[in-house]
Amino acid sequence: MPINENNINYDEIKESTLYIKGISKTFGSMKALSNVDIVIKPGEIHGLLGQNGCGKSTLIKVLSGFQPPDEGGRVWVNGQELNFPLSPSAFQDYSMSFVHQDLGLIPDLTVLENLCIGELAISNSMHIDWKAQHKRAEEMFAKYHLKIDPDKAVASLGPVEKAMLAIVRAVNAIEQDSVKGGKGLLVLDEPTVFLPRAEVDTLFRVVRKIAEDGMGIMFVSHDLDEVMELTHEFTVLRDGMNCGTRNTKSVKKTEIIEMILGKSLQAYQIETKKEGYFKHVSVNVKNICGDIVKPSNISVYKGEVLGLTGLVGSGFEEIPYLLFGSADNRNGTLMVEDNVIDIKKFNPGKAVEMGLALTPADRQNAGAIRDLQVDENILMRSLNRFNNWKLDKKAMRSLTSDLVKQYDVFPPNDQMNMGQLSGGNQQKVILAKWLQANPKLLILHEPTQGIDVGARQQIYSYIEKAAQEGVTVICSSSDYEQLEQICDRVLIFVNGQIANELIGSEIKKDIITKLCYDSTAM
Amino acid sequence: MRKKIPDANLNEIATIGKSNNTFLQRYAIVLVWIVIIIAFSILCPETFPTWLNVSMILGSKATLVILSLAVLIPLTAGDFDLSVAAVLVLSNQIIAVLNVHHGVNVWIAIVVALIAGILVGFINGIFVVKMGIDPFIVTLGMQTLVCGVILWISNSQTVNGIDRILVEWTISKRLFGISYIFFYALILTAIVWYFLEFTSAGKKILYAGRGRNVARLSGINVDKVRWLCLIGSGFLSAVAGVSYAGTTGCADPTSGLTFMMPAFAAAYFGSTCIKPGRFNAWGCLIAVYFLGTGVTGFSLLGAPTFIQNIFYGLALIVAVSFSVIVKKKQDSLVKFRNTTKEDTALKK
Repeated sequence: MPINENNINYDEIKESTLYIKGISKTFGSMKALSNVDIVIKPGEIHGLLGQNGCGKSTLIKVLSGFQPPDEGGRVWVNGQELNFPLSPSAFQDYSMSFVHQDLGLIPDLTVLENLCIGELAISNSMHIDWKAQHKRAEEMFAKYHLKIDPDKAVASLGPVEKAMLAIVRAVNAIEQDSVKGGKGLLVLDEPTVFLPRAEVDTLFRVVRKIAEDGMGIMFVSHDLDEVMELTHEFTVLRDGMNCGTRNTKSVKKTEIIEMILGKSLQAYQIETKKEGYFKHVSVNVKNICGDIVKPSNISVYKGEVLGLTGLVGSGFEEIPYLLFGSADNRNGTLMVEDNVIDIKKFNPGKAVEMGLALTPADRQNAGAIRDLQVDENILMRSLNRFNNWKLDKKAMRSLTSDLVKQYDVFPPNDQMNMGQLSGGNQQKVILAKWLQANPKLLILHEPTQGIDVGARQQIYSYIEKAAQEGVTVICSSSDYEQLEQICDRVLIFVNGQIANELIGSEIKKDIITKLCYDSTAM
Repeated sequence: MRKKIPDANLNEIATIGKSNNTFLQRYAIVLVWIVIIIAFSILCPETFPTWLNVSMILGSKATLVILSLAVLIPLTAGDFDLSVAAVLVLSNQIIAVLNVHHGVNVWIAIVVALIAGILVGFINGIFVVKMGIDPFIVTLGMQTLVCGVILWISNSQTVNGIDRILVEWTISKRLFGISYIFFYALILTAIVWYFLEFTSAGKKILYAGRGRNVARLSGINVDKVRWLCLIGSGFLSAVAGVSYAGTTGCADPTSGLTFMMPAFAAAYFGSTCIKPGRFNAWGCLIAVYFLGTGVTGFSLLGAPTFIQNIFYGLALIVAVSFSVIVKKKQDSLVKFRNTTKEDTALKK
């Protein structure tokens, strides 16, 4: 559709940080973006929402110069029109900065060295004044009230400090260009995915200050609560089209979900079980301890979904790996059904044999093998069912294609490489891998981190189904809403010990939050 | 307003990469090989397309096939074994020294050589697996060490006169005019192929190589797998040494070392065909003979030796680059198609 010159408001363009008009992107016969318009004003935090595959990442790639848009689309930043196709570093010249999910930091180098990467990359100077750079770094961090030591190695920083470093670096890159007024567009692409709930506030505070100073911010996220808390306006993309820009204060969460999915969806919630519903304790943990966790006891009923949570560093994140025998310095006794296990002598091989299953938080490195196919990933722990010395390929294929349909993996092709699936579909494959082996105990660690709304609901339903069929489930998660939606009981960890227990209808997001913090006063 | 996906598109999406690789991707190298054979046959009609030439190529490269299989196994597990050629020479030397200098029955000498190969693999495993040292460095050090041992037991001299019966069973006896050794190599390739494809042990090697952490957390004993792979490469290298002993009838303390790079080249070249992107046994075999055909053809043409080197190196680089480019292109198309239209997956 040709751009109607009359629709372009040139006055508005001059006043906007970002003005996107009629951007489309076609790959072969598929339209990834279809005539998208977005406007972001200086000082505005603008959310960008949508399912996987809606066009969010394509839009970011177009803005950053990674992909040129189709003919006819136009973009202005600070009133200056972008000259497509952009070269890879061109976005810097247009006062745009991007912070992607992986942050782009080099762990072995110091904070200061990472800060200077961008400048050093384009400078030709024969001498770097490290002292001046150091002072500048201190000033930058002080401006946002951040306590980050420029000489520390990035690898030793916590996740929120890393995110802060990446954001400060990106903002600084825009501010340096005083010719353009030192203001521009900061794009944050899912920056909170790996941040513990509690520390997201620090990020919000810094982002708000950046906006107050006059930057325009595009905030891409799956997390509706964060978008509702942080943004002034938001745009929802669906099937490559802008299906609505709204003022954040004026909408309810259910409306946003409807916009994203294109239909209404009931928020997932399991039924609260009556007292005495669970009869049989199937998992009993005594004196479990590790680096953070102090000797603790946990018992779980057969078919129960037990949540473990707390602030980062409180120990709940260590439990899955202690139970599975893969964490260091582990100790304690684990009883699964009638089997008694010495955790010190335990290891993943024995755990798997004993009917334990674990879905680690780090999907990329510990959950699934990206370079192998879906069917190879699904069958990883079940090969011995198919005749060790003469693998029954036919039966294997038959099982994997059934599983892929059963777990609604998209696309339903078990020969696809794992890496080609979206995060949500990968997680479904990982669940299929463990659940098809009928485990006694399913241990989940942050099972829906970075996964979109639709896939999340599906995964909750698979967990509930497994529990109904008698699988005992332990879910370590920092997503309090998730715990509210799927757990029968929640244990709250503080400083390595279990400080509180919530049962059934007591499990509410706000109560969990309060207990995680309040208990520190104990 | 939701877009409705025409059913035809859905099916198309579902069947992309039904097998991830097209016929062309899998057999391109074979087709090029055939073209090369035809080309040389036209250029040297008297010498190239003769049964003598064919059997010479097949027989003379058999040792390299076996050594490339030795390299393949730990490579699949993600480890480099740089000591393979040294073990080949060691095995060859042990057979010669025992048989010629000490009058030991050649078959027993062979058993000793194989045990030596297993031992080297086992020791490699101690440092790589138990102590967690980079296999590149460990096997590099082992290679040098083994070379020293070879020079010691051979007194730095070629040993001649290995029992004729070994040579007979290696290259003298022929089937359809082709030396037995080629058929041994063929059978070994088939065994390695079957092992890696159709046994769970073989699959575990792949998992350990492609995703060590994931494999470990799925219950696979990654340490044991890597150790056994190094022992396997030690064993197969020793077998290659037996083959070399039978082919040459003697034991030169250094010449076999030049096999190392071609063995790795064959493993990498082989990963571009049959099962593109994966190291695979039949790929190794085809790689060795593809490169061997080219080199022989050039030498029959009277081309100077440097042409052979250039062909060898160029073929390797071009083959690997081509397969990477094709894979990238396919991946980006497929990835895009997958991530759209996910709402069809929602049932609620």
